[in-house]
Amino acid sequence: MERDLAAEHGVSDHVLVLKAQAGDREAFGELVTRYMRRAYYAALGLTGSHDDALDLSQEAFVRAYRARASLDPDRPFYPWLYQIVRRLCFNLQRDRRTRRRRMEEATPWLQDQAGARAAASDPARSAERSELRGRLELAIDKLPEREREVLVLKEFEGLRYREIAELLGIPIGTVMSRLYTARRNLAEILGDVL
Amino acid sequence: MSERGAAAGDERVRRLLMRGLDGELPAEEREELERLLSLDVSVRAEWDRLVRLKEVTDTMKLQQPSDEVWKDYWGSVYVRLERGIGWILLSVGAIVLVSYGLWMGAQELIADTEMPLYLKAAILATTVGVVVLLVSVVREKLFLGSRERYKDVER
Repeated sequence: MERDLAAEHGVSDHVLVLKAQAGDREAFGELVTRYMRRAYYAALGLTGSHDDALDLSQEAFVRAYRARASLDPDRPFYPWLYQIVRRLCFNLQRDRRTRRRRMEEATPWLQDQAGARAAASDPARSAERSELRGRLELAIDKLPEREREVLVLKEFEGLRYREIAELLGIPIGTVMSRLYTARRNLAEILGDVL
Repeated sequence: MSERGAAAGDERVRRLLMRGLDGELPAEEREELERLLSLDVSVRAEWDRLVRLKEVTDTMKLQQPSDEVWKDYWGSVYVRLERGIGWILLSVGAIVLVSYGLWMGAQELIADTEMPLYLKAAILATTVGVVVLLVSVVREKLFLGSRERYKDVER
């Protein structure tokens, strides 16, 4: 995926990382522009909040810049950045749990494509879909963080098992096991609407 | 799931179900999955439930923010970077100034022979307390945070 982005933008991540390590902020800015969407969506899937996703993904870039000397330019940039994003998100989630903040207060973070299509023609169906989306969000929020992470990467970021395994540094078998447990738990919570 | 039969709980079956569901199953293993689904009722029921769930999640995607978010994104990161440097400079400057002020104050305090001893002790205790708290906060912000940032990342 990194190779695709490098080809698309002309300059490889490797070159940009080397320049950023030399203190070139424009090069780092190019890396930010290149990966801001992935970082944001990763954080959104993990936190379920636009504000938190924006804040934490930006904070991850700031920390990445400060720690740039420790990055090996021969290794892909995004998996390294992702480790920072997920750590920040997990810390926030743990802090949230201790403060017992409820997700019901949050704004929707999933978009229902089928519901959007039904909205104009069938209000009743649209309301039904809206409820389903809300229940799915709550069900995902109840998942343990590792299961949630794999589920989000698979379902909403559309990564293949191999890509998830590489990103998280775990075997493909573990990806499948976590995904299975996540889906089984989701199915249990959503039981009556499936 | 536990009440749905032993076969569905098997790790290999779970992985077959997942790869079948996500379209990552080679042809030969697809035949194995289909055979399993036709022979084991509990696996079939689990499969059907997972397919229904997949149908729901497939219709959902992550909310997209407005275009303004992307336009302002790098600017916000840049501002944070600048503020970080600003805070470091401010902290270093404040430490030097406060240290100098404390040193001068301490010299005056020691030289003052009219002030009662207990009052000198109280001023000293308050000053040392403030300094300890200040150093603790600065140390946490500047050093502990950066040192612990990645070491216990869970994989």
